Amino acid sequence: MTLEMRRLSLAWTAAAAVLLTLALAAGSLWLGGFNPLSAGAAMMRGAFGSSTAILSITMVRAVPLILTGLAVALAFRAGVWNIGAEGQLYAGAVAAVWVGLVGGELPWFVLVPLVLAAAAAAGALWSAVPALMRVRLGVGEVITTILMNFVGVYLAAYMVVGPLQEARGVFNQTDPIAEAARLPLLVEGTRLHVGFLLAVLIGVGMWAMLRWTRVGFEIRAVGAAPRAARVAGMISADRVVLIAFLASGAIAGLAGGVQVAGVTFALYEGLSPGWGYTAIAVALLGGLHPIAVIGTGVLFGALGAGAAEMQRTAGIPQSWVTAVEALVILSVLAVDQVRRRTRA
Amino acid sequence: MPEAVVFIAFLEASVRLGVPLALAAMGETITERSGVINIGLEGSLISGALGGAMGAMALGGPGGGLLVGAAAGAFVAFVFAAFSIGLGTDQIITGTAITLGGLGFTGAIYQARFGTTGAALSVPTLAPVPIPVLSDLPLIGTALFAQAPTAYLAYLVAPALWFFLYRTEWGLELRAVGEDPDAAQAAGVRVLWTRFWATVFGGTMAGVAGAHLVLAHAGTFAENMSAGRGFIAIAVVVLGRWNPALVLLAAFFFGAANALQFQGQALGLDLPYQLFLAFPYLLTLVALALGVGRSRAPAALALPWPKQQL
Repeated sequence: MTLEMRRLSLAWTAAAAVLLTLALAAGSLWLGGFNPLSAGAAMMRGAFGSSTAILSITMVRAVPLILTGLAVALAFRAGVWNIGAEGQLYAGAVAAVWVGLVGGELPWFVLVPLVLAAAAAAGALWSAVPALMRVRLGVGEVITTILMNFVGVYLAAYMVVGPLQEARGVFNQTDPIAEAARLPLLVEGTRLHVGFLLAVLIGVGMWAMLRWTRVGFEIRAVGAAPRAARVAGMISADRVVLIAFLASGAIAGLAGGVQVAGVTFALYEGLSPGWGYTAIAVALLGGLHPIAVIGTGVLFGALGAGAAEMQRTAGIPQSWVTAVEALVILSVLAVDQVRRRTRA
Repeated sequence: MPEAVVFIAFLEASVRLGVPLALAAMGETITERSGVINIGLEGSLISGALGGAMGAMALGGPGGGLLVGAAAGAFVAFVFAAFSIGLGTDQIITGTAITLGGLGFTGAIYQARFGTTGAALSVPTLAPVPIPVLSDLPLIGTALFAQAPTAYLAYLVAPALWFFLYRTEWGLELRAVGEDPDAAQAAGVRVLWTRFWATVFGGTMAGVAGAHLVLAHAGTFAENMSAGRGFIAIAVVVLGRWNPALVLLAAFFFGAANALQFQGQALGLDLPYQLFLAFPYLLTLVALALGVGRSRAPAALALPWPKQQL
C-alpha cells in the first residue's frame, strides 16, 4: 500500500469513527430519555458559543489533553504501551510545584524554564522505571506503567498533606507557586496561557522528528516491526524503546507542569481528572499522528467544556462524556478492524 | 487489652477490604491464564457495583443485588471479549476503553436515575454471618469468620479454581490456550471459545466484587467508587503468580495496606497512610523486577489470536 493510500485510509478511519461515535452517543442519550439534538446544541454552545468559551475553556482544557495525547502517541508509535501518562503527569506536577515554591527569588525568564524542565525530568524519571524494567529485565510495560500511576497519585496525595502542604495547614493542597513561576497569558483578558503554544510546538516538533530525523525513522521502524528492525541489524531496538519511553514520560510530565504553572498554580489531590487515560482516546482518534493529535486534543477539550453546559441546560450528567471517550476508542478500533478485514 | 482489640479490628478490615480484590483478581487469574489480559476489569467492577445497588433495591434484597451485579460485570466483560477476541482488537486499548466506558456510563446512569447531586441510596445490605465455632477462635475468629457471605465465597472459590486449573482437563486446556494457542488448537481445543468464557467469567467475578463493595461495605453507590480496584486486582494477579490460592493471599495483603488507612493511627503508626497505600504497588513492581512475572506469566498473554497482518 502506498503512503498516499495509507494516509487516505487513515482519514477515512477517523471520519467513520467520528460518525459511528456520534450515532452511538446520540443513541445512548435517546435511550436515557434526553433529546440528542438539544444536547448537541448545548455542547456546541458550551464549547464554541463565545470567545470566552473557545479561548478560556475549550482551549485551556485542551492543553493537558494535547500534551498527554502526544506522549501516548509517541510511545505507541514506538510499540511502547505506555498506560502511565497519569502517573508521569503527577510526577511532573509535583516537581513543578516544588521548583515553583522554592525558586521564588529567581527572575521569571529563569524560573519558568526551570519549572517546566523539572516537570519534564520528573515525568521522564517516572517512565524510566517501567522503561528500564522492559529493556533490562524483559518485564512488559502495561502492568508496570499502571502500577506507577498509583504510586504517582499517592505520591502527590502525600506531598499535599506532608512536605509540600500549604503553610496554614488547613487544606490538602500546596501554597500557590511564585508569580515568577507562572506561565504568561497567550491572549490578554482570557485564561489561555502560553502552554497551548508550547503544546502545539511540541506536536509540530514531534511530527518533524518522526518524519525527517534518523531517530524518528528508527522509532517508526521499531514500532511497525520490532523483529524486522532487529534482524535487519541496523537498529538497537532497546535503545529506541528507551528513547521513546523516556521522551513520552517527559512530555506527560510536562503536561502536569504546564497545568500547574498555567492554570492551578498549586497542587492538590485529584489535579487530573484522568487525563492520562483520556490521552489514549486522544492519541488513537488522531491516528497517532502528532499534528492530528493537536486537533483531537482540542476536540476532547471542547467535549469537556460542552459537558458542563449540557449539564446546566439539558440536565445531561457530566460523566456521560467519559462514556463518549470510550465510544471513540471502540469506534476507532472497530472501524480499523473492519477496514483491515475487508482488504485482506 | 486495647491493643488486641485494635489488632482484631485491623485484621477484620484487611479481610473486608481484601475480599473485593480477591474476587476480582481470582476471576482475572482465569482470564489471564487463557492468554487474555482484561484491563477493563475496572469497568466490570463499577458496573457490578451499580448493578448491585439497583438490583438490591429493585428485587428487595442483597441476594438480588449480587445476581444483578454479577450479570452487569459479565455483560461488560462480554463487550470487551466481543472486541478483543471476536474482532481481534488490541487488548490493552480495548480494555482501557471498557474501563472509561464503565465509569462513564455508570456515572451517567446513576445521575440520570438518582439526580445530579447523587443522593445517597439506601441499599439493603449484606449482613455479616458469623460461622459457629470458627468465629470464636481467638484473634482470627471474627476477622475471618464473621464476614459477609461474599468473603466465604472468596475462601471457597480459591481452592475450587486451583483444583480446576491444575487437576481437570478443562483447566489444562485453558492453560494450554494461554501458553501456546497454536498448539492448543492443533490438539483440538477451541481457542477463541475458551478465551471468551474465561473473560466473561472474570467479568462476572469482578461484578460480584463490585456488588460486594455496595452491599457489604459502603451500603450505597457513589460514582467512581471502584477507585482503581480493577487495576489493583490486576497487580494482585501478578503478585499471586497467576495461582488462585496465592492470589487470595496477595489480595488480603493489599487489603491490609488499605486497612492501615483507617486503623494506622490506632495501631500507633505515624507514617501518612498515602505511603502505605503506595506500598503494595511498589512491592508488586519489585516482585516483577525480581522475575516473578516473567517466569509465571502465561506466554501468550495479551497477544491477539490468530495472528494478524498489519
